[in-house]
Amino acid sequence: MKRSPAATTLRWLGRVLVALILLFVLLPGVVVAISAFNDRAILAFPPQAWSLRWFWRAFSYTDFGKGFWNGLTVTVWASSIALMVGSAFAYAIHRYKFALRDLLEGILLSPLIIPHYTIGLGVLILASQTNTARGFPLVIFAHVVMVLPFVMRSAYISLQNLDTRLELAASSLGATPLRILFTVTIPLLLPGLLSGWLFAAILSFNEFTATLFVSSQATQTLPVAMYNYVREFADPTLAALSVIYIVVTAALLTIANSVLGLGKILNVDAH
Amino acid sequence: MNKRPFLGWFVSPAGLVAVGLIAALLAVFQYSVRAYVPGSLDVGDFTLQNFAAMLRPLYAFAFGNTVLLCFETAVFTLLLAYPLAYALVRTNSSALRSFILIVSVTPLFLGEVVRTYSWMIVLGNNGFLNTLLIKLGLLERPVQMMFTAGGVVAALVHVTMPIMVIMLAAALSHIDRNYEKAAESLGAGPVRIFFTITLPLSMPGIVAGFSTAFAWTFSAFATPQLIGGGRVSTVSTLIYQLGFSSFNFPFAASLSLIGLALSLAVIALLKKAASPLERMAGST
Repeated sequence: MKRSPAATTLRWLGRVLVALILLFVLLPGVVVAISAFNDRAILAFPPQAWSLRWFWRAFSYTDFGKGFWNGLTVTVWASSIALMVGSAFAYAIHRYKFALRDLLEGILLSPLIIPHYTIGLGVLILASQTNTARGFPLVIFAHVVMVLPFVMRSAYISLQNLDTRLELAASSLGATPLRILFTVTIPLLLPGLLSGWLFAAILSFNEFTATLFVSSQATQTLPVAMYNYVREFADPTLAALSVIYIVVTAALLTIANSVLGLGKILNVDAH
Repeated sequence: MNKRPFLGWFVSPAGLVAVGLIAALLAVFQYSVRAYVPGSLDVGDFTLQNFAAMLRPLYAFAFGNTVLLCFETAVFTLLLAYPLAYALVRTNSSALRSFILIVSVTPLFLGEVVRTYSWMIVLGNNGFLNTLLIKLGLLERPVQMMFTAGGVVAALVHVTMPIMVIMLAAALSHIDRNYEKAAESLGAGPVRIFFTITLPLSMPGIVAGFSTAFAWTFSAFATPQLIGGGRVSTVSTLIYQLGFSSFNFPFAASLSLIGLALSLAVIALLKKAASPLERMAGST
């Protein structure tokens, strides 16, 4: 098809615009990468000398190592609990009508719009009123509340796409509800449940605002340790850690994209 | 046989979580109407003093400032995210699609602290932008970008971009292309097709993205705290200051309650303002 000159200009303008926006998105990452290899403790562009010493400091700084393991503990517990609680509840609201159903759903979805500092402050005050220690269970509870809506949504979408005739077939052949659940329903839902779990885990590992309120010195997660570092020191250690973070995340997403199809998970594929 | 197998088993854990969440919110509410006892974590008697104190200029200003910041962020995010989402959905090259997807989605999984820190390096007085502009001869002295509202908005736009791109791309990908083809065959130009067909049909995504960006910005803490450096006060930075510097938890509780009410009100308002548009889009 022949295009008019105006349409061609428009297409090129569009391309330039998209390239500029991509540059805006990429810029901070590139700048962080440059400064991570800067030898001097004071940031300067372009760096006069290069070194890897900030990477070694990032690995040897104990608060980061501890924060990483604390974060992993919280993330694994919180996203696994949220997966079980959230997908069971999604099953119930998808299949049944029961008392307080809409109210309960509304309450559990509300963390999507409640500011995280309100949740953090609430859990903190609740803990002090009930004399609960500021240990891991407290942090995990706050995280379960915050990631539950995401797990519920992905489980609900998978349930909508489930062919219920398969369950009916199993039932007509005499399978008990429990057997149908474990041999038909859960296996069919598995991809959706796993992507919900992964999404919840990533969100939980990175959650910062509410965690700052509910964690203590002993339970601080990696984002909290990083925040405390940036308030105390100005050297590029955090830039080095950020580079590791960006590389690992982009690698995980590239793998997820080629194995699972990120477009499908995020529901942005053209139909 | 039981018509609703597992009902109790499946609902009760969720019920427990909901009870915990409600208890936490009630705890905030209960603290917000108690007096502050200086030097103590215990609270005093019932009072409405905390809410009255919010009318003082400092706090009223922080509320106005936060709402303004959220609006600016949501508007700029929408303007930058739309072309990206459009290119993501409409490009014919699968390599370009993967590239745009990875680049625009990766920041979502980096967390607020990493992204805020990288903007500190970009915006600082000896940072990347100032050095670049001076080397290019466009500036003589560094321009103050850290600790300004503009710097906070730039970083917040970057923080909210991914979720906006995802929501817009989801809406754009569900548009039936035949409407556009029909308009084209009737002689409409690309600009006209975009403004009369594509844009109205993507309205649900715009509304969802805009309100999510608004809510996220309202809830953001690390960005205004670190890039604002105490000179850009928002509801979130005030709450943290009150809670952890002066241990005035009752006042922090009342602030976060008003913050919650305000963000709910704005989101409800956005939905209401958008519903005629959505109906329009739905009927085409």
